[in-house]
Amino acid sequence: MTAKRGMKNFYILLGAIAVVGAGAIWSQRNSGDGSGVAVTIEALEAARGFEGYSIGQAAAPVVVTEYADFQCPACRIQAILTMPDVIERLVRTGRVRWVFKDLPLDIHDKTRAAHLAAACVGEQDRFWPMHDQLFYGQNEWASSRGAERRFRSYAETVGADMDRYNECVRSGRYNARIEASVQEALALGVASTPTFIIGSRMYPGTISYDRIKGIVDSIAPVQTQQ
Amino acid sequence: MNHRMTVATLALMGLLLSSYLWFWKIGMLGDLACGTGGCETVQLGSYGSLAGIPVAFFGVLGYAGLLGVSIIGVQPRWENNRDPTAWLMMLSGVGVAFTAYLTYLEAFVIHAWCRWCLVSAALILAVFAASLVGFFRWPPEPSR
Repeated sequence: MTAKRGMKNFYILLGAIAVVGAGAIWSQRNSGDGSGVAVTIEALEAARGFEGYSIGQAAAPVVVTEYADFQCPACRIQAILTMPDVIERLVRTGRVRWVFKDLPLDIHDKTRAAHLAAACVGEQDRFWPMHDQLFYGQNEWASSRGAERRFRSYAETVGADMDRYNECVRSGRYNARIEASVQEALALGVASTPTFIIGSRMYPGTISYDRIKGIVDSIAPVQTQQ
Repeated sequence: MNHRMTVATLALMGLLLSSYLWFWKIGMLGDLACGTGGCETVQLGSYGSLAGIPVAFFGVLGYAGLLGVSIIGVQPRWENNRDPTAWLMMLSGVGVAFTAYLTYLEAFVIHAWCRWCLVSAALILAVFAASLVGFFRWPPEPSR
């Protein structure tokens, strides 16, 4: 009798763990059906004030907009592990135009300065090399007291005119635009970084190259020659 | 609760955890909970898959096997048979060896720690320990 009750309690325990665990996993899903979260047209229109930093052909059939934070570890992973493949296989082949938009999060203490540094290098048409410097060097500057010094060194490495760069950073003239980008992201319902908008769907969280390619293929299938 | 019930409980937790990592790897989930970027580094890198199969999927298979054997082992027909415990010990031994290899990669090759992988490492070690105890303290004391 006691053994039977023990078995019953054991199965109840297993069932409870299974239900709680499966529920927790289910609550984390974002697009198990591959469809993402719908973005309203109004919100997209509102976000068009700032065009972002773009790479790829203007006529590319698919536009991927990435909202990212230079101090966010997941964004670093995305930039280091996925972006090289995306640029090589999707951007350079003319299938995708990739747009980076600023979304510095308040939880990161040095990220606003990093975004300002990127904007100041960006006005000299060197945003993407600076983007790589900032992400590849994130571990160095994120925990460093001399982050601005590191940013200057990155700007120099990518060949920026340092007088212009220094003047730009001192003036802070891109701070308002960065804040506008944050507001635009919030208006779209972007709650975390990185978040991607591909076509008219939003995909929060890091996404692998294969998944990006799958989504791009579904929007603009590759034309095969007859 | 005897050692097979303990193993079943731990294996179910491991199954849920590895399923979570697998679902994330194949793009069905959003951000990893409690992430610091370490799990993304480990899972999205070249060591995140073996022969094209996500490492987390091997975890799913392993924990499912442990769960299955331990559930069989608590059935009346098998409860006085030592074989299920021997199987649990061997399966979890393989799991511990595989986990040790993955942890070595995290520490010395990838230089990034995935918290969820460490939780899984603790679970498989606990399963192995419970199986060892069950095997070497055979026969178990009769339940009253």
